Amino acid sequence: MARINLDHIRHAYGIRPSQPNDYALREVHHEWADGGAYALLGPSGCGKTTLLNIISGIVRPSEGRILFDGKDVTHLSTEERNIAQVFQFPVVYDTMTVYDNLAFPLRNRKVPEDLVATRVKHILEMLELTDRADKKARGLTADQKQKISLGRGLVRSDVNAILFDEPLTVIDPHLKWVLRSQLKQLHRQSRYTMVYVTHDQTEALTFADKVVVMYDGQIVQIGTPAELFEKPKHTFVGYFIGSPGMNVFPVEIEGKKARLGNASVDIGFAPKINKGQKTELGIRPEFMDITRKGMPLSIRKVEDIGRQKIVRGELAGQSISIVVKEGSDIPTDPHVSFRDEGINIYADSWRVGREG
Amino acid sequence: MLEFINVSKVVSGQTHIHPTSLVLERGTLNVLLGPTLSGKTSLLRLMAGLDKPTTGEVRFNGENVNGVPVQRRNVAMVYQQFINYPSMTVYENIASPLRVGGETADVIDREVKNVAELMRLTPLLDRLPLSLSGGQQQRIALARAIVKKASLVLLDEPLANLDYKLREEMREELPKIFAASGSIFVYATTEPSEALLLGGNTATLHQGRVSQFGKTVSVYRNPRDLITARTFSDPPINTHTAVKEGKNFVLLEKEAGGKGKPVKITLAVPAHLASVADGPVTLGLQPHHLSLDEPYAKAPSLKVKTQVSEIAGSESFVHVLFGDKRWVILEHGVRNLDPNLDIDVYLDTRHLMAFGSDGMTLAGTAG
Repeated sequence: MARINLDHIRHAYGIRPSQPNDYALREVHHEWADGGAYALLGPSGCGKTTLLNIISGIVRPSEGRILFDGKDVTHLSTEERNIAQVFQFPVVYDTMTVYDNLAFPLRNRKVPEDLVATRVKHILEMLELTDRADKKARGLTADQKQKISLGRGLVRSDVNAILFDEPLTVIDPHLKWVLRSQLKQLHRQSRYTMVYVTHDQTEALTFADKVVVMYDGQIVQIGTPAELFEKPKHTFVGYFIGSPGMNVFPVEIEGKKARLGNASVDIGFAPKINKGQKTELGIRPEFMDITRKGMPLSIRKVEDIGRQKIVRGELAGQSISIVVKEGSDIPTDPHVSFRDEGINIYADSWRVGREG
Repeated sequence: MLEFINVSKVVSGQTHIHPTSLVLERGTLNVLLGPTLSGKTSLLRLMAGLDKPTTGEVRFNGENVNGVPVQRRNVAMVYQQFINYPSMTVYENIASPLRVGGETADVIDREVKNVAELMRLTPLLDRLPLSLSGGQQQRIALARAIVKKASLVLLDEPLANLDYKLREEMREELPKIFAASGSIFVYATTEPSEALLLGGNTATLHQGRVSQFGKTVSVYRNPRDLITARTFSDPPINTHTAVKEGKNFVLLEKEAGGKGKPVKITLAVPAHLASVADGPVTLGLQPHHLSLDEPYAKAPSLKVKTQVSEIAGSESFVHVLFGDKRWVILEHGVRNLDPNLDIDVYLDTRHLMAFGSDGMTLAGTAG
C-alpha cells in the first residue's frame, strides 16, 4: 500500500489552457495517507473522475506530478502503477466459477497456487461468498456479481491502492447499505489505501475517513463527515452535503454581529472580511429553533416527511428551510433563532474561521 | 375521476395484479409506493390503457374505458429514462404534442411559454436537450406531459436517474407544478421518503396487491398492517416478536451479537396499546423512535452491539444487532460509531406499534 502525493496537478482536455476556467482540474496539491479511505464526492462535471483517472494513469496530467510512496509515477502506465480498479458495472467472467473469477488477477501474475488458495479463501469469507465458491458466475444476481468485482479488486495483497468508480450504481437501493457496510469493514480489516468516486453523499460519508469534496474543477474541502457537516469550508459544501442543504444569507458584518435584513445576529467573534468581499452567513436547517422570540419568520409551508418536518418560509426576504421534530407545534406568530454552534461566516464563499 | 373496480391482471397464469379497487380524484397526486416488481408499472400500464385488465373495470369519469386504446385516451406518460427528441430544440420538444393536436401557432406559443415558465425552462428554449443536465432534460419531458393538458399524467420513477441534489429540488417543485394543473397525477416510486416529500395520497404495493390507500402521512403513521409499515419504511422498521402478559410485553432475545441463551426482556405496555389482548404479537418501532442518547424522560433501553454507521450528510443510520436481529437507529447529525461496541439504545414506546399473528395492526394508532 502506498501514500499518494498529488504534486501541483492541473489538467485541461484538448485546448491550450490560458485561464483557470480552461482546466477540468484546477490546482490540486495534497498528500493522502497510506492506508486511508478517501472518497471523491461532487456533482457531475466537478473533475472527480479526471482526478481518479490521473491517479490510475488513464489520464496524464497537463501539469504536476503524482507520487506513490515518494516515487514519481506520473509517466507510468496503469499496470506499472500496480493498482486495482473496481468499476460501475461488474467485470466478471460468466463461464468461470466464483473461485476462479477471484483467482484470476493472481493467476495472471503467476502467483503460486497455494498462495492463490489462501487469498481467495480469505476474500470469499470477507464477502460471505464461501458457499458459492464453486458456482458459475452466470447465475448470480447483479449485486452478487458486483461483490465479485469488489473481491477481485481486493484479492491482491501487493497493490499500491484500490480505486472504486461509482461501484454501487447498479445495486438495488435496499442492498446498497449492505455492500456499503461491507466495504467499510473491508477497509478496516485490510487497511488498503482506497479511493472511491461517487456523487452520492451517503456512500462517500459512510465509506471514507476523509471525504474530498470537489466543485468546479477544484477540491473545496477535505474533511471528516462531522467537519463537512458542522464547518463547511465553502458554501458549496454546505449546499451539497445534507438534505436540505445549508441556508446561506447575505449579511453585513458589524464587529461581532451580523446584520441580516433588519435583524442582528450575535456571532460571538469578529470575522475578518476584506473590503468588497461578498459576505454571507450559513446555517444548517438543523441548527435553528422556531420560537415566539427571535427574528420574525413567514412560513410558506410545512412538509411533514414522517420522521421530521421541514418548514419552508422567508426570513428577511430570503427563503429558508428549517428542520423541526416530528411532533413539534408551530406557533401562530413564528420567529426563528439561530444556535451559536451552527453559525458559519463566509467571505466570497469561503469560510472565515474564528482563528481569522 | 379514474376508478378501478376489482381490476386484476394475469399474464400466462401469473397474477401480476390482484383484484384492486381504487378511486383517484381530479386534481390529486397519487403515489404508488413499493419495491421493484411489486406491481407499480403493471398498475400504470392498466391505467394508461397499454394493457387490458383480465377482470374488472376501469372507468374514466364514470365511463367504462376497458377497450379504449391508449391513443384514444387523454394520457401522458413520463418514464425513468428521459425521452426527448434530440434534434429538436427545447421549445419544439414541448410544442410537439400541441402540433400533433393541430393547435394554432398562437396557442402553441402561449402554452409552451407558460409551461416553460412553470418548469423554469424559459432561458433554455432555444437549446438542444442533450446539451442540458439530466434534471433539465427530465423537466422537458415533464413539460411535454403537462402541456398536453392530459386528464391523466403517469410518472414512472421520473427522478430515479437524477443525482440526489437534483432530486431534492425537483421533489420540492413537483407538488407546486401538480397543484397548478388540474389533472390526475400518478407517481410510482420505490422510495418512502419521496412519497412523504410529495404528499398527496399513497397506495402501498406489495406483491401485486395494494395493501393500503389514503392520505400519504396517514398511511405512514397508521399503517393497517405490518406489510404496509415495512413498505413505507426506509431504513426498515425494527420489529421483534413478543408476548403480551398483562402490563408487559415479554421479549426473548440472546445477548447482543447473538451468543448465549435467550433471556427474558420486559417492556411496559404503553397506554395506547393497553387494550391489546394477551398473547403473541409482533412489535414494530421506526428507526427515529430509537435513540443513542438517554432522553430526559425515563425511557426503556435495550442492549445492542454496533455494526456500521451510515452517514447521510445531516442524518446517521446506526446499524446494530439486537440479539442476532439487525436494527437501525436514525439520529440527527453525524454519529460515527465504531463497530462491535456494546451500547444501550432508548425506545420511545409512545410510538410502538403492535401487529397480530395475521399481520394486522392491533389497537390504537401509533403515530
